[in-house]
Amino acid sequence: MGHFTEEDKATITSLWGKLNVEDAGGETLGRLLVVYPWTQRFFDSFGNLSSASAIMGNPKVKAHGKKVLTSLGDAIKNLDDLKGTFAQLSELHCDKLHVDPENFRLLGNVLVTVLAIHFGKEFTPEVQASWQKMVTGVASALSSRYH
Amino acid sequence: MSLTKTERTIIVSMWAKISTQADTIGTETLERLFLSHPQTKTYFPHFDLHPGSAQLRAHGSKVVAAVGDAVKSIDNIGGALSKLSELHAYILRVDPVNFKLLSHCLLVNLAARFPADFTAEAHAAWDKFLSVVSSVLTEKYR
Repeated sequence: MGHFTEEDKATITSLWGKLNVEDAGGETLGRLLVVYPWTQRFFDSFGNLSSASAIMGNPKVKAHGKKVLTSLGDAIKNLDDLKGTFAQLSELHCDKLHVDPENFRLLGNVLVTVLAIHFGKEFTPEVQASWQKMVTGVASALSSRYH
Repeated sequence: MSLTKTERTIIVSMWAKISTQADTIGTETLERLFLSHPQTKTYFPHFDLHPGSAQLRAHGSKVVAAVGDAVKSIDNIGGALSKLSELHAYILRVDPVNFKLLSHCLLVNLAARFPADFTAEAHAAWDKFLSVVSSVLTEKYR
């Protein structure tokens, strides 16, 4: 899909290196479920999602968020072949999880927002642009095997 | 979709802080929009879009001022933005998908500048508020 310049790759990699993936994962998935409550449809087994604080403190949300973001970390090492990297996960999300790809776009934008909170001034318009390319590429790769 | 009392309180109280940086926020939001979503530049062929350009600054101020108007009349956003709604429907005709992009860039800007205030609850309130504003601006499209 999109083409990552050397600058994009450097920006993405360096920011990722400074991130606590576990915390960011829980934060990102939690915020997805708070800001877009209909996304809770995929997580009936997660227990208490009845309020913003319940969601953000929910241990299953944190654990799953960590899983999701760790997988993103793998993608960052393979920015030139996101489709290949996510081929199996794409099939899984289609065939087993039945997730509408629109949710990947929502999650990607929530991640960008979490990065902005975390990095503040450092998350300049240029840095955001690189990361938007990243999340768009991931969303596209994750939906590439849908049928 | 309408805002709860709690959501309105969050928006109004954060706006007090935000409005002190209104102009720079507006300009930077547009910069973020044009860099992250270059296709949005197609609506501004008549603009000098270099960062810091006078046109960008003026337009950024305009956009944030309009958001401010919506905040000040948060109980009647439709009324407050009625003229803007007509402008977008009959003259500007910006494709509705772009309101989501601009809203996202404003949100990211606020998150970066006010991280402590931008809790999950505040995030949800702002996303919803901007979604209401976007709906108002596109409600006369057809």
